[in-house]
Amino acid sequence: MLKEGDIRIPAGCAISAIIDKTGKRFSGNDIIQSIALMHERSNGLGGGFAAYGIYPEYKDLFALHIFYDNLAIKMKTEEYLSKHFEIASAGNIPTRKVASVKNKPLIWRYFVRPRIYIVQDGYLDEEEFTKRCVIRINKEYKGAYVFSSGKNMGTFKGVGYPEDIGDFFMLDTYDAHLWTAHGRFPTNTPGWWGGAHPFTMLNWSIVHNGEISSYDANRRFVEMYGYKCTLQTDTEVITYLFDLLIRKHGLPIEKAITVLAAPLWDEIARKSPELKKELTALRTVYSSALINGPFSIILGFDKGMVALNDRIKLRSLVAAQKGSKTYVASEESSIRVICPEPDKVWSPKGGEPVIVYLDGKGAKKREELC
Amino acid sequence: MITINAKNIHYRALNDSIDKAVRTSKNIKLTDVCGQRYIGRGLDENIKIKIYGTPGNDTAAYMDGAELEIFGSAQDALANTMNRGKIIVHGHCGDTAGYAMRGGEIYVEGSVGYRVGIHMKEYRDLKPVIVVGGAAGDFLGEYMAGGAIILLGLGLSKNERITGRFCATGMHGGAIYLYGGTDAFNLGKEAAEVKLTNSDKEFLKKHVKAYAKHFNKNLSAVKVNNFKKYAALNKNPYENMYCKN
Repeated sequence: MLKEGDIRIPAGCAISAIIDKTGKRFSGNDIIQSIALMHERSNGLGGGFAAYGIYPEYKDLFALHIFYDNLAIKMKTEEYLSKHFEIASAGNIPTRKVASVKNKPLIWRYFVRPRIYIVQDGYLDEEEFTKRCVIRINKEYKGAYVFSSGKNMGTFKGVGYPEDIGDFFMLDTYDAHLWTAHGRFPTNTPGWWGGAHPFTMLNWSIVHNGEISSYDANRRFVEMYGYKCTLQTDTEVITYLFDLLIRKHGLPIEKAITVLAAPLWDEIARKSPELKKELTALRTVYSSALINGPFSIILGFDKGMVALNDRIKLRSLVAAQKGSKTYVASEESSIRVICPEPDKVWSPKGGEPVIVYLDGKGAKKREELC
Repeated sequence: MITINAKNIHYRALNDSIDKAVRTSKNIKLTDVCGQRYIGRGLDENIKIKIYGTPGNDTAAYMDGAELEIFGSAQDALANTMNRGKIIVHGHCGDTAGYAMRGGEIYVEGSVGYRVGIHMKEYRDLKPVIVVGGAAGDFLGEYMAGGAIILLGLGLSKNERITGRFCATGMHGGAIYLYGGTDAFNLGKEAAEVKLTNSDKEFLKKHVKAYAKHFNKNLSAVKVNNFKKYAALNKNPYENMYCKN
């Protein structure tokens, strides 16, 4: 079979998410039902979920989810892991037999803590150290893919319809305060386990419907800062952009969003002088981080969730609210199937984010760039 | 009247049941609809369907005379390439409603999404009309070639605009009527405001009245003189890009 990058298969996708801002956790049943309703938007070549709040007993450790093609690469990778991390726990990620899910790789999970002396010697913080190790494995250990590396969160993905992948990973047995989901209709490339959404780095996860026309400009930009795009798919670069802008450069979420989906120049011209100056500065400094092309994305992170469309809304996105829960999805029916009577339903405008912070997490002030 | 419960039924099976039902009854009621696509596709005159729930994308695609009344909201691409017929939506509506619509009428109680009326067209007696109670997203009437779009702008908050950006971009036919008008910077380069004629006013009166009737609203405060009309500057702006015919 031709792999990613060798063949182009054009098409569309489905995304969905549910967050309870109080931090109350609920099982994966609802998100599976929501994404399953959009079955027609997928084609069985990729499905996946990100879940936040699932590992409270290991909340201070990085949870590495890794696909291995064979035992030899597993042993080689584990040697690297134990050199760099204390491994508190390791094991298979439990799965259930699902007839339609085939050719599964070895799927392992490790709860790890960076070895302190290495971190200290490198003048790195734990996050940066772990990120570098993840990139090293994905780049140099052929046949091993770290597909999840955050704390108290995890990604579950594979080749299949999302509802089957959810069943396969037994997501009904996990409880999370934020679930995101993706059904893939391979955009341009064939499906493989590592290439399914969500794409994650540390606590950031992205599910994406669309196509990033500016991929190469964005890729060159993040690679200047030590990231390496190894998965042959455009969505990966969005994850790294968020990690770079927010974790490394310290931009608040709202400003990172005006970088990725920057207002058009004629709109900037109509703003107040102060805002005009700020928006012009952001567009100028981060011109290579502007994402062009049709997209709707959902970003999950430790403090909450962001849903965002491209500036001229070339992909659909609907949002709804009921009590402390916020829902977003490609179609309104996928929200109503699990929440028939929301308090409020709306269609976010192009470039206008839906941002939900967990209670007490949004107030934290960061030094602003402008 | 035949009632079909659509709960957990795949769109193909549901549309097959509708096709079968219309052979014996012209009045159909669908309950528990949730995301099933293509309901009413290609259906012809005298068929009336009441839809309860949220019908899926491409509802009424290629519809040819039937009447759909949706008690809920519609998703994307409602009335895609519809020929004739009528759709009443007791709710709001997603993006690209009336996509390449060629005839018939759509009444939406609330607001509509992006690119509504994109490439609508008219031919002889076929003249599509979209009437929206609230506001519309960006690119309203993009590449519009015929027919009419009427926005009433009812119940908008102070910060809400009746249209988004790029309204009437690429327009080369038909008319857009906006209650109170839109900001100049939201209007595309290919259209301009033109004077309301008496026949425009009659046309507007007729459709405002129909809207009020469908949604049981008192619209005596809506004065047709407050509509602004927008039309194409050029009937065939792209002719030089292709072979002349």
